[in-house]
Amino acid sequence: MKLLQKIATYTLAIIWILPLIYTFWAASHEEKYSSDFTLFAPLSGQAFFDAWIQAPFLQYLTNTFFLVTIILIGQMVLCTLAAYAFAKFDFYGKNIAFFLVLMQLMIMPENLIIENYKTVANFNLIDTTWGMAIPYIASAFGIFLLRQTFKTIPSELDDAAKIEGCSPIGTLFRVYIPLSKPTYLAYALVSVSYHWNNFLWPLVIANSNEVKPLTVGLAIFAAPESGVQWSTISAATLISVAPLLIAFLIFQKEFVNSFLHTGIK
Amino acid sequence: MRHVYGWLLLLPGFTLIVAFTHYPTVTTFINSFFSNQTVIRPKKFVGLSNYEYMLNDPVFLQTFKNTIYFALTTVPLSIALALAMAVFVQEKIRGRSVVRLAYFTPTILPMVAVANIWLFFYAPEIGLINQIFQYFNLPQQNFLGDTNMVLEATIVMTVWKEAGFFMIFYLAALQSIPKELNEAAKIEGASAWTSFWKITFPLLMPTTFFVMVNALINSFKMIDHLFILTKGGPDNASNLLLYYIYDVAFSFFDYAYAATLTIVLLALLIVVSLIQFGLVERKIHYK
Repeated sequence: MKLLQKIATYTLAIIWILPLIYTFWAASHEEKYSSDFTLFAPLSGQAFFDAWIQAPFLQYLTNTFFLVTIILIGQMVLCTLAAYAFAKFDFYGKNIAFFLVLMQLMIMPENLIIENYKTVANFNLIDTTWGMAIPYIASAFGIFLLRQTFKTIPSELDDAAKIEGCSPIGTLFRVYIPLSKPTYLAYALVSVSYHWNNFLWPLVIANSNEVKPLTVGLAIFAAPESGVQWSTISAATLISVAPLLIAFLIFQKEFVNSFLHTGIK
Repeated sequence: MRHVYGWLLLLPGFTLIVAFTHYPTVTTFINSFFSNQTVIRPKKFVGLSNYEYMLNDPVFLQTFKNTIYFALTTVPLSIALALAMAVFVQEKIRGRSVVRLAYFTPTILPMVAVANIWLFFYAPEIGLINQIFQYFNLPQQNFLGDTNMVLEATIVMTVWKEAGFFMIFYLAALQSIPKELNEAAKIEGASAWTSFWKITFPLLMPTTFFVMVNALINSFKMIDHLFILTKGGPDNASNLLLYYIYDVAFSFFDYAYAATLTIVLLALLIVVSLIQFGLVERKIHYK
């Protein structure tokens, strides 16, 4: 049994990492080796060069960066305020409001693409980064997560701040936010990786290269009918995922912990 | 005063959530009872006729079946694999952190990139899988061009993408199980296999429910790969509900019918969530 389990462990690991290794192989060799695995085939950076000049990947990269940043900052601000309201204030309709917020956990903006498309069009935000960002800026998940964290902060600290003459907003900035740093980091990692990878909504909203994020650019670049070669597609794929992969390797522990954190509801 | 303060803090986020979740849900529902608006004809109330059309639409029936099948296969398969992976990397084995990393990598790749990679695996003749088949003298397959295999091919890819993500939740849950329980079982002479099924697995039930519900909700909006791999084809064999909605709305501009289809999608999501509430309720009873 033990041996069998070991074999299964490593076999699964190989199967799970193989696609990525293959992508590295195809991208770093000439096209004729992309399906022919000669072990000592000469390395070549040609594919990266081809991909780089055939599509504006630098532009896509910048666009994605802007999109992710706008969403993240917006989420941080709006979710903090809403979570603070739910955690520490009593107001009329609080429970109903909380229930309505949580509904977003099951019905996400992409489930309602048509109506949301119309709304964004009404605000003249089609083909803008704001149009791609706005449905996601208020996130029920973020509100819920921060509310849980704020609730664990002892009210003695809150009272102390009040006695010192701190306003509610002052207390938020001096007590609640500093004490919730790990949650903010966890949420930031989840949010960035989600929106870096998001595709359907940006596809619907973005038309021009000036706003298209990486996922949309990559999908159009690598469409089978565009006749691009495998090694070039692999290189483009790597260019698109590289920033996130590197971030993942650096923040590996935090990444995994953040999912652990956010998983426990 | 605190009422006003509370609402003021909540208002910006709440407005956006209402604008992009509740308002569109209501308008979608209303629009599903109207005909399309054109330049010469304003929209008019048509009752249930969009729904009637839907029930006679073979493409809808196919995509609905595919969606249910896709959810009911990818979710249990990824969960089972995720559980196995979590148990595997709990053991003290050589290269544990590398193995853990390997399992988790697909999670951080965008579905579009994953689909690009797998497109090559599935390609006829030059594709990696067909090359392996050739090596073992197995017949060549056109995985994405065959109506009998295409949905399964996308399911395999999705399971590969998702399993490592669910593994994380099981890892967290496994760490919270007291070691004494399994040690006691060992002293009593229970095999590792028995103590897993009698102790560990039941204790993981809440995690399994949590992962299952989230995975189901997720699976209803998983369509990115269809844009790269199959476009729902051949002959709608791999088409899924949300992709069909996208197609109806943005290729055929039939917003009324797309609204009707969206109502079905929302109904599925609500049913899954109600199941969750039912189960959570029961869990509280048990304690």
